[in-house]
Formats: sequence, C-alpha cells, structure tokens
Amino acid sequence: MTITLSHFSSAILFSIFASVVFGITQRNTPRDMVRYGLYCFAMFVGGVIVAGWVMWLIRR
Amino acid sequence: MPNPSPTKTKPPDLVDAAPVSTMSVVAPAVAWLIPGAGHLIQKRWGRGILLMVSIVAMFLLGLAMQGRVYKPNGGDILDILGFVGDIGAGGLYIVTRAMDWGHGAISHATADYGTKFLIVAGLLNFITVADAYHIAIGKKP
Repeated sequence: MTITLSHFSSAILFSIFASVVFGITQRNTPRDMVRYGLYCFAMFVGGVIVAGWVMWLIRR
Repeated sequence: MPNPSPTKTKPPDLVDAAPVSTMSVVAPAVAWLIPGAGHLIQKRWGRGILLMVSIVAMFLLGLAMQGRVYKPNGGDILDILGFVGDIGAGGLYIVTRAMDWGHGAISHATADYGTKFLIVAGLLNFITVADAYHIAIGKKP
C-alpha cells in the first residue's frame, strides 16, 4: 500500500502525533497534558505557515 | 543530639537516587519493544493507548509513504544517525527489517517525508521510554 500525501497534510499529521506524545510525556496532570499538547500543535502548524510565507517572500 | 557516625551517611550523589525495582527495569524495556506498552503495564491505560496509536500510526504512515529504513552498517554519519532514530521504534523496527520492508523509493517525492516519519516515530518512542521509567520510579504520577 502506498500513500501519497501533500507536504501540508504530512506536516499536519506529523504535528498531531508529535503533539500527543509531547503533551503526555512532558506534563503531569491530564489538564496540563491537553493544554501543552494543543500548544505544541499550534506551534507546529503556526511554524509551518510562517515558514511558508517566509519562503514565499524570499522567492519574490 | 550527637551526630550519627560518618559511616552511616550517604554520599550526596546517592541521597536522592531512585530505588531500583523490577518495574523500573521492565517498564522501559517493554516501552521500547512495544510503543505505549510501558504505560499500559503500569495501568496508565489512556496514556498508553494514545502513545501507542500515535507512534505506531506515524511509523506505519512512514512505511506507506515509501520511507527508507536505515540499516546498522550504513557507513555514512547521517545513515548512522538515521539508524539511531529508527531503532527507537523497537519491535516495529525489528519486524520491518525481518519482513524486508522500508527500502525507500526515490521515484516518490513523498518518500523523503516517509523516511522522516520513521525516524521521528523512533525518537518519540525514546521519550516514551523515559516517561515510562519516570512513572516506574514514582517521579511522575
């Protein structure tokens, strides 16, 4: 089976899985785990979008 | 009160040392072999299942994207680092090598993403192993 994902969908999936692991392993209480997981996810996706715009500006 | 004799005092580096228990050895080993299982054997059901699903899904997606699995004798320093990442996935890596999967396909543009998924799945499992150990020694609830 071969899956072909776009760069963006790959980055979103990467962000989801990494955020789940970071949230669970880096905090002690369930509430903090959820909050930190969401924070990591936002940083991942935000970083992807910012990096995309930076590359767009460099290319111009 | 007089001070206790010097022979009964511990060196400073051993005062807070974690006690070695069976679980503190078994949990990291199981966690490495089966992602998330180190939490499951310590009855952290929710965390264990979430970690297992995340790491296994990431590894399988990497394989499905035609990612490359590194071998131990890569020779190149980057290949060795890739192997260190891949080996973190434990049983998943062993099964993949035994089945001779993960050759990578340079004809697919997404194969490189798959290679990174495989490496990061292993690295995330290293974090999971450390977390299972911290739970076993009581450092984390």
